[in-house]
Amino acid sequence: MHERPRLTPIQINRDLLRSVLETPLVFYVLLLLLMGLVGLGVIAATLMVSYGLGVTGLNHPVFWGFFIINFVFWVGISHAGTMISAILRLSAAEWRRPVVRAAEVMTVFSLLTAALFVVLHTGRPWRTLYWAFPYDFVRGIWPDVRSPLVWDPSAIFTYLTGSILFVYAALIPDLALARDQTTGWRRAVYGVLCLGWRGNARQWKLLNATGLLLSALILPVFVSVHSIVSWDFGMSLVPGWHVHIFAPYFVVGAVLSGVAAVIALMAVMRSLFRLHDYIRPEHFDMIGRLLIVVALAWAYFYFIDVIFALLSNEEAEYQVMKLRLSPPYLYLFLLMITCNVFLPVPIWMFRKFRRNIGIMVWTAIVVNIGMWLERFLIIIPTLQRRHPDAFAWGDYSASLVEITLVIFSFANVALLLLLFSKIFPVIPIWEEKEGHIWKREFRIGKLRLPAIVRE
Amino acid sequence: MPSVLGLFQSADTAAAAADRLQASGFGPPAYEVLTGAPYPEGAFGEDSGDHRLFIFPLGGAMIGFAVGLMVTAGTQLSYPLVTAGKPILGIPPMFIIMYEGTMLGALIFTIMGVIFESRLPNLTNDLYDSRITEGYVGLVVRCDDDAQADTAQTTLTEAGAEEVKQQGRS
Repeated sequence: MHERPRLTPIQINRDLLRSVLETPLVFYVLLLLLMGLVGLGVIAATLMVSYGLGVTGLNHPVFWGFFIINFVFWVGISHAGTMISAILRLSAAEWRRPVVRAAEVMTVFSLLTAALFVVLHTGRPWRTLYWAFPYDFVRGIWPDVRSPLVWDPSAIFTYLTGSILFVYAALIPDLALARDQTTGWRRAVYGVLCLGWRGNARQWKLLNATGLLLSALILPVFVSVHSIVSWDFGMSLVPGWHVHIFAPYFVVGAVLSGVAAVIALMAVMRSLFRLHDYIRPEHFDMIGRLLIVVALAWAYFYFIDVIFALLSNEEAEYQVMKLRLSPPYLYLFLLMITCNVFLPVPIWMFRKFRRNIGIMVWTAIVVNIGMWLERFLIIIPTLQRRHPDAFAWGDYSASLVEITLVIFSFANVALLLLLFSKIFPVIPIWEEKEGHIWKREFRIGKLRLPAIVRE
Repeated sequence: MPSVLGLFQSADTAAAAADRLQASGFGPPAYEVLTGAPYPEGAFGEDSGDHRLFIFPLGGAMIGFAVGLMVTAGTQLSYPLVTAGKPILGIPPMFIIMYEGTMLGALIFTIMGVIFESRLPNLTNDLYDSRITEGYVGLVVRCDDDAQADTAQTTLTEAGAEEVKQQGRS
């Protein structure tokens, strides 16, 4: 924590409430832009619902396209919140403080967006409720809970609920602060939301205990969610998907894309809300180190997947992998592996680059392009493999409606984050102040060394 | 009952004031420490009391497990439909729903627990000052009568309180 400037509580309040109390011109510009893109998505979705799935590029035998790729991608992004918040909280990593809330909130909005794509993918969104929830007492028909397609909603619902509760619990003291620093109707709203928080010793003790409890509880859910998403594929008998390694491989991939997305989000927050004293190069440095491990773990799992498919003497598995490694998919494969490992990992090895925010943002974007391609390569070539049971073979090319909806998903998450930042502090103010309470300086010889004291 | 709030600029002054309060006969249950950020437990000699927060997730987990079991086994036994020759009650797929139900129950009850144990929502009009979220430390002393309130006010003022407020005098 060498760069941590000494800040007073009033300065911290002023800086971290700025996004709530002030509205710069750029906020309105971004709001209009994002609302425009979301509006385009709504038009595309309306078209699809009106005219049916025929307006997409889905065709026999490729019936899982951009919507499912996007679903898996956004579930993956949602893993950043838990990874950063829960694991770093449990391990008392001091550098988590400015990052946790943004990551947790991104989890919530990513999950909502992911769930939306499952609904869109059905083509008949209103029927999704019938499929996902027990409903029919009259006809005696219940969804088959033995199906992985029922596991998904239950896992996502649990993770979403847990994530919202996680965000809310940590928000309560900051809502009380916002109540104290605002007037009029805002004060009344924050007063209700903070439940009359006073900040006595008992409340703080319980809040800290809750943070640890929720972290411990949400971690197994975090692992289960992407495992279950992987079983949407793994539990099928489709060659290329019926792979044992899918669960851990999906979880690691999710962490890679999610944590990389947090880097981009941190940089945007730092620039937009002038949070240079809070989100500092040292935070990018720490996340960069974490990403090296995660990216190499992902590469290891991917390598295992490829090797087993090529050498296991299973003809169908071999054919699927051969298709993935042949043009035109070979070019996407090479781009993916470059984006995920060969380009970013050597860059993250150097401290100088890890502390360069511009470079970190670009590598984060590159990783997410790679991870999106990874999901594309898992889904499309696998379904496109020619096999005797298919009556027709069509190529898959995404339609304008699907491309618009992919753009919509990014705009939707960004819009929700922007609106959140207007209503709530994006950095946990009380946690930031707690970090300052624990900060001490030690003198060793001629050096004054900053340190964090822990119980 | 009257109560007195003393506002202190630094944690050290507030801790010294808490010592003076104890010397004047106001033990830890009689005063409450209000801060804008968590301090290490016992930093002001306060008593935050015991809590039963850890029971809540256990209770929630049991309820969630029961609901998960009901949704899986209950629906399948009520409307049995053999699919692909698989057993009506297949443990592995049932386990997943029950697992998610268990975790969901534990998560929800944890939040209910913290709200309950923190005595929230707090609808009382207790003494408070918005400067507490600006770094001040507040010491709230609950007194039995006006005479005690006067003693508390004098103690807090002598201990270096920036401002002392009173409420609820008869």
